[in-house]
Amino acid sequence: MLILTCPYCGVEADETELAAGGEAHLKRFGPGSSDEELHGYLFTRENPKGVHLERWRHASGCGKWFHAARCTATLEVFGTYKAQVSGPPQEIRDAISAKRPGWSWREFS
Amino acid sequence: MSQSRNIAAVRDGAMLGGHGISATKSRTGSDSHMKHYSAFAVAREALRYHTGWERAWRSPEPKKRYDVVIVGAGGHGLATAYYLGKNYGIQNVAVIEKGWLGGGNTGRNTTIIRSNYLQDPSAAIYEKARSLYETMSQDLNYNVMFSPRGVMMLAQTQHEIRGYKRTAHANALQGVKTEWISPERVKELVPIINLHGPRYPVLGALWQERGGTARHDAVAWGYARACSAMGMDIIQQCEVTGVRREGGQVVGVDTTKGSIDCGKLGVVVAGHSGQLAEMAGFRLPVEALALQALVSEPIKPCMDVVVMANTVHGYMSQSDKGEMVIGGGTDGFNNFTQRGSFHHIEETVRALVETFPMISRLKMLRQWGGIVDMTGDRSPIISKTPLGGCFINCGWGTGGFKAIPGSGWAMAQLMATGHSPLAEAFSLDRFKEGRFIDESVAAGVAH
Ligand SMILES: Cc1cc2nc3c(=O)[nH]c(=O)nc-3n(C[C@H](O)[C@H](O)[C@H](O)COP(=O)(O)OP(=O)(O)OC[C@H]3O[C@@H](n4cnc5c(N)ncnc54)[C@H](O)[C@@H]3O)c2cc1C
Ligand SMILES: [Zn+2]
Repeated sequence: MLILTCPYCGVEADETELAAGGEAHLKRFGPGSSDEELHGYLFTRENPKGVHLERWRHASGCGKWFHAARCTATLEVFGTYKAQVSGPPQEIRDAISAKRPGWSWREFS
Repeated sequence: MSQSRNIAAVRDGAMLGGHGISATKSRTGSDSHMKHYSAFAVAREALRYHTGWERAWRSPEPKKRYDVVIVGAGGHGLATAYYLGKNYGIQNVAVIEKGWLGGGNTGRNTTIIRSNYLQDPSAAIYEKARSLYETMSQDLNYNVMFSPRGVMMLAQTQHEIRGYKRTAHANALQGVKTEWISPERVKELVPIINLHGPRYPVLGALWQERGGTARHDAVAWGYARACSAMGMDIIQQCEVTGVRREGGQVVGVDTTKGSIDCGKLGVVVAGHSGQLAEMAGFRLPVEALALQALVSEPIKPCMDVVVMANTVHGYMSQSDKGEMVIGGGTDGFNNFTQRGSFHHIEETVRALVETFPMISRLKMLRQWGGIVDMTGDRSPIISKTPLGGCFINCGWGTGGFKAIPGSGWAMAQLMATGHSPLAEAFSLDRFKEGRFIDESVAAGVAH
C-alpha cells in the first residue's frame, strides 16, 4: 500500500485515505487554443515508466489537494508538496535527482 | 477423445513453453514442419513413453531483416502475425518479445469472453473475435479450452436495468445474441447467488449464452505454434529499445539482440505502448494502470457460468481446477510494477461476498496484477501512426483477452492492405475528431 505524507496536515496517509488525481501541473487549454493543444490537454497524459508528478487528495483526511513525486516503475515516493505551485519546488527536484540523476518530466528536470 | 487431445496439447505447451524461455536453438531452416496433435498422436507417443514430443515452436536467433516485425508476443501480437500469414501470405515475420510469450496480460487475465457491447464498432470486432474462438482449437490444432458456458451481467440498480435492456436491444440489431433475463432465471443458472442482498438486490441480468472463457496461455501457445510452423520467428528474451526511422518511415528496430530491419512494424505491447510510441516519435492517449485478480482455493463445482456484477465492481467464474476466479476494477494510479494495492482486492471481495455468501468461507490462494493500457473512452486503438509503415494495436485495457482473434484479424488486414473495416472506427485520430466509442458502461468493470 502506498503511503504519502500530506503536506498540509502532516499525516502519513495510507492509500485508503487518499484519492488519486492524475497528472500534475496541467496547463488548461480552452476556447481559442489550437486543435493540437486541446487534444493534448484532454487526452495525451504523461505516462512515464519512472519519475512521475501527480495530484492526490487527502480525501478521508483534511480534504486538501496536494502533489506527489513518485516512481511508477518502483512505487518509490520522492516527496510530496503543496498544490499552489506550477512546478515541483527545488527541494523536491533535488530529492528526485539524488535518486534518479538526469531525470526529466515534461519541461521539468 | 477431446480429453486426450486436451492433455496432449496442454502438457506439450506447458513443458515446451517452459523450456523455450531459456533455451535458444538456432534455426535449422527446414524444421518449420509441425506435427499434428491428435488422439492418435497421444497413443503413439505413449508407446515411446512420451519422449517423442517436439518443441511447440522454434527458438531462433533473429535474422537481419523481416518484411514485418511485430513487437510484443502477447495474444494480440501473435494473432496479428498468424493472420498476416494465414490471410495474406505474409510469412517473413518476426514477433519480438522482451520476456516470454504470453507472459504479459495475456497470461494474467481472468479469460472472460463476451461480445455484448453497446456501440456498433465494438460489437463488430468483439463478435468477430468470439466467433473465431468457437473454432480456434480446430483452426490451430491446439486445445484452447474454449468454454461457452454463458456470461451474465447482473443488474443491481434501476439504472443498470435500463442500461442492460438498452444493450440487449442494441445487440439484437447488431446480430449479437443476448437477452434480458429475470431474477428467477438468474437463480436457476446460479444457485449459489443471493438475490436479496440488502444493498444490491439482483434485479435481472443481461445474458449471453455463447460467452464464456478459454485457457489464456493456450491461446498464446496455439498461435505461437501455428506462426512458427509457417516459418515465422518468435524471438523471446529480446527487448525492443529503439525504433529506427528514415524520412518519416520506419526502417527497423534496435533490440537487446542487435538491430533488425523491417518493411513494416506492428507495435502490440499493451502496458508499454507509451514507451514504444515515444521510441517511434509520437504520443498516445493511453495511461498504464495495474489491474489485479485472484483465485480462491479449489473447491467442488458450484457455478458453471461467468457472473459479472458491475455496480459493485466484481466478477467471478470457476476454473476447471475448481478455483473461484475473481477480478475487479483497476488500481487508481499510474503503475508499471505488475502488482497492486491489497485494499482493492479487499474491496472486490467485500462486495462479492454479499451476492455470493458462500465465498466468505474460502481462502485466497493467489493474487497477481497486470499492467493495462487505458484509453479515455475505454475502447482500443488499432491504427496507422504518424510514422510511416508503423502500426499500433493497444488500449485494450481491462478487456482485451476476448478480442484477441478479432483484433489480430483486423490488425493483419490493416497492415497488409492499409485498410480494415473492423479497425476503421478505432483509429488514433478519433480522439482529436471527437468520435469516441464510449464503452465505459459496457466495460463498467474490468474484465
Ligand atoms: C488481471 C487482469 C484480468 C483481465 N481479465 C480479462 C478478462 O476477463 N477478459 C478479457 O477480455 N480481458 C481481460 N484482461 C485484459 C487482457 O488481459 C488484455 O487486454 C490482453 O491480454 C492484452 O493482450 P496484448 O497481447 O495486447 O498484451 P500482453 O499480453 O500484455 O502482451 C504485450 C507483450 O509485449 C511485450 N513487450 C512490452 N514492451 C516490449 C518491448 N520493449 N520489447 C519487446 N516486447 C515488449 C510484453 O512483455 C508482453 O508480453 C485482463 C487483464 C488483467 C491484467
Ligand atoms: Zn491532509
